[in-house]
Amino acid sequence: MSDLDEVSTGDPRPAEVGRLIFDRSTACARCTEMPALDVPDVDLDAALAHRSRRTAPLLPEVTEVDLARHYEHLASVNFGVDSGFYPLGSCTMKYNPKVDEVACRMPGFAGVHPYQPPATVQGVLELMHGLQEALGEVSGLPHVSLQPAAGAHGEFTGLMTIRAYHEANGDPRKRVIIPDSAHGTNPATVAMCGYEVTTIPSDERGGVDPGALEAALDTDVAALMLTNPNTLGLFDENISRITGLVHSFGALAYCDGANLNAVLGKARPGDMGFDVMHINLHKTFGTPHGGGGPGAGPVAVTDALAPFLPGPVVALQPDGFRLVMPERSIGRVRSFYGNAGVLVRAYAYIRAVGGDGLTEVAEQAVLSANYLKERLKGAFDLPYDRPCMHEFVLSGRRQKRESGVRTLDIAKRLLDFGVHPPTVYFPLIVDEAIMIEPTETEGLETLDAFADAMLAIAAEAARDPEVLHSAPHVTPVRRLDEARAVKEPVLRYSPPCLD
Amino acid sequence: MRFIPITPAQRDDMLRAVGVSSVDDLFGVIPEDVRLSRPLDVPDGVSELELLRHLRQLSDRDLDSSRVVSFLGAGCYDHFVPSIVDAVVSKPEFFTAYTPYQPEISQGTLQAIFEYQSMICQLTGMDVSNASMYDGATAMAEAAHLAASVTKRRRVVVADTVHPEWIETLRTYALSGTLEVALAASRGGRVDVEALAEAAAEAAAVIVADPNFFGNLEDLTAVGRIAKNAGALFVVAMNPMLAGVLAPPSEYGADVVVGEGQPLGNAMSFGGPGFGFFACRSDYLRRMPGRIVGRTVDVDGRAAFVLTMQTREQHIRREKATSNICSNQALCALAASVHLASLGPAGLADVGRACVSKAHYMYDRLVATGRFSPAFPDTAFADEFALAYDGNAREMQEAMLERGFLAGLELSRFSSELSGIVLFAVTEKRTREEIDRFVEEVSSL
Amino acid sequence: MYPSDLKYAREHEWVRVDGDTATIGISDFAQDQLGEVVYVDLPSEGDEVTAGDTFGEIESVKSVSELYAPVSGEVVKVNEALEDTPETVNEDPYGDGWMIVVRISDPSQVDDLMDAGAYEAFVSEEA
Repeated sequence: MSDLDEVSTGDPRPAEVGRLIFDRSTACARCTEMPALDVPDVDLDAALAHRSRRTAPLLPEVTEVDLARHYEHLASVNFGVDSGFYPLGSCTMKYNPKVDEVACRMPGFAGVHPYQPPATVQGVLELMHGLQEALGEVSGLPHVSLQPAAGAHGEFTGLMTIRAYHEANGDPRKRVIIPDSAHGTNPATVAMCGYEVTTIPSDERGGVDPGALEAALDTDVAALMLTNPNTLGLFDENISRITGLVHSFGALAYCDGANLNAVLGKARPGDMGFDVMHINLHKTFGTPHGGGGPGAGPVAVTDALAPFLPGPVVALQPDGFRLVMPERSIGRVRSFYGNAGVLVRAYAYIRAVGGDGLTEVAEQAVLSANYLKERLKGAFDLPYDRPCMHEFVLSGRRQKRESGVRTLDIAKRLLDFGVHPPTVYFPLIVDEAIMIEPTETEGLETLDAFADAMLAIAAEAARDPEVLHSAPHVTPVRRLDEARAVKEPVLRYSPPCLD
Repeated sequence: MRFIPITPAQRDDMLRAVGVSSVDDLFGVIPEDVRLSRPLDVPDGVSELELLRHLRQLSDRDLDSSRVVSFLGAGCYDHFVPSIVDAVVSKPEFFTAYTPYQPEISQGTLQAIFEYQSMICQLTGMDVSNASMYDGATAMAEAAHLAASVTKRRRVVVADTVHPEWIETLRTYALSGTLEVALAASRGGRVDVEALAEAAAEAAAVIVADPNFFGNLEDLTAVGRIAKNAGALFVVAMNPMLAGVLAPPSEYGADVVVGEGQPLGNAMSFGGPGFGFFACRSDYLRRMPGRIVGRTVDVDGRAAFVLTMQTREQHIRREKATSNICSNQALCALAASVHLASLGPAGLADVGRACVSKAHYMYDRLVATGRFSPAFPDTAFADEFALAYDGNAREMQEAMLERGFLAGLELSRFSSELSGIVLFAVTEKRTREEIDRFVEEVSSL
Repeated sequence: MYPSDLKYAREHEWVRVDGDTATIGISDFAQDQLGEVVYVDLPSEGDEVTAGDTFGEIESVKSVSELYAPVSGEVVKVNEALEDTPETVNEDPYGDGWMIVVRISDPSQVDDLMDAGAYEAFVSEEA
């Protein structure tokens, strides 16, 4: 198909929408070419035991300029933190410093092989060691494994470490307790680790109900998994009592580190009585989310759990930095040593900001959240009206009741204002939840513009709900038929002749 | 450096609006006994200039691939990455975006994943691909879980010729009690099909890598038949960079194909991040772990892409989800797509041909020196091969490092039985001149 | 909205008894709560279902609900058309949107179910 077929259809929308790289293909077009082969050309079929490929994979045949334009177009219909405000609650979408991108591409980090002799990789090992130390200090849990590739992977790792600890004590256990405000990964992780889930209700202040916890605890409980501050953005004042209760039954306390940004330098999970936590470097320490990854989810633990950590971890020995396996390690949770490219960015961020700067991060993140909460709580319901930490949860139930406008409509309408919507319908314990996390990296003008947009939308909901029902209006595409995507799955490109 | 744009005056205004006199008041909810009463013991912040100076000092301490001729592989490969790849993944609209939950403003990420899935299906010959996973090892462990859930069996049989770190990862996943891992022994650097046939009875999955850890090609026809007869899922881990020259696992009846995607467009980066790919037959779509992107239309009838089949996932199904994974390695998968598109079918075949030709050239020359002998004679290999050195292999490697070479990977770290065996990988980046020089230097030791 | 010839369970399944068999589906209230149904996972013919236990799952784009058997028995018929057109559950919950037919093993279980009036009252409490 030539480009000419796609113009002058009378449709003002760009012809590029939905046009695949495969659709740009021209037979025999080439981008990357190989140097001439400087060794004898093997007889592939003979060399490969007569298993050589007969039919070439159907890949696009394009030139470099085709690629440059294709991906420039795709970038233009994508929204990142550099595009605008991204108050996605629990995801901590802070600004990603450019220097981190320079750092991770330095040849001594990007261009080294994991099996090089240790003496030839002392730089990256020193960096990883420095990151382990910093994360241990920030969390108050001194022993760190950098292996996990993401937060959910860290959860799995942390819980498996707990499992190994109990089993080593000859005390295998069966259940893990989770509050009903927990993120969905927590119960999924529990199941993956071979434990059963026990869910306990939150109290009227949004925290763990100590009575419900006590009732659920027995010596079959391996751990309590908790996020503190929790998914409502509230700090649980009973935390010491909660972790103490858990310990009194021989169980351990696992901290989901999703909300660490709120307490950097202010309070440490280790001091709250937690035994294990994972830390989402792509949240707290400013590494980019990459459209879904790569992330990194290092795990930090107490002395008692350190021998069970997955490895290898970096240790400073007389002859330099070395990769070592903790003595009773659960083993590897992936190949090699973790997402080093992400670890470099996080290390660069921590060194740039420094210990004093990390504390300022928490202070501003919390102040900005409280500021937005004050600006919005008149127009929207606020189910838990307490000073919040780095995020807060509104409810769209008033709009739903009075105008038939749902939280989803509010989120979609925000797109028209050039804002990425907050997290919606989470946590599950809040009806029509709208979870807002501004982070510390947004200016007052941005915060005010967002608040103004939310207030304008609340007014619109009352006056002209249809504008919200049919939103968004000015995005590259509008609301999608998601049911069709499930019922008639099209999950890959098929060439036209096969359709 | 500070990444906080609020000025002190604005901060005061905000405090007033919130109705507190200081930020400390906001942290008053944290009980005294858990409050940190001292500054963090983390070095003070520095300027960008100082930071870069520090990082360059660390980076300079490492011997990077531009300053050494490397024959290291074993799961992480030094392939050429065209400039267009970094140009694309450096676009902030891609790398500063979150998981594409709002499809109206995430068509870039979504379409890129759809294209990635399409290309992975082409490389593997499978019907469906997910949006990628953490790495090859975890993708293999997830395949074992899928097989257990499909067959309602717990035991998975994995060839001992699979990468030892992948097997170790699988064992860690199995510590949960949800899986049981049995190793199938090998003979001559390939899985022993007779032993495998016995081990495979009542198994949930038969798992092999092709090429395997030693670079050797497995007898996929025989292994596939064994899996089928046992009613087990046939799981193959493959190297995507060889997909232009090696027939896809689908031709041997594979049910699930996984692998490490790093060779496609991603720097070695000390072993991460790369990505795991995961593709399977459409029968298992509803049990597939991870994100999946599908094509649909918007209210105006325009083609558009969206995360789909989400009821498999943790945020909806919670403890009954297919996996706890809630991310993918989107940016690494994007790099792979750009690299694959820049190569096209002919380019991918050219890279594969170059790697295989150079590996065979080097193999022949090293064996001809008399100092190396084939670890697995008469076994077909692709771009990586194992040789036994007739001396102290560690000392040979140290001597060659002084001469500017990373002389492969000595395998005793994985098993004492493999002591003295060296695994060499040869990518298209290696020249005949480098190989010749290596052979001359190593034979003069 | 709630046909009077049917019996209803607290988990919102309905039962149409015909001799020793029972046809089972979900109520109009349930389909409305779910939103557009995109997938229904049903047992196979010959499977045994137990009253109070799950016999399948029903999915909308962003939710999964379990289907609970109102009566015990052997599955003798499965509505395979729902595989291709699951939205029939929304369009015709009491007709073409039926799910399975069971040979009832314990007829007394039918007596424990609600009639249309009781179910309507039950639903108005829940809503």
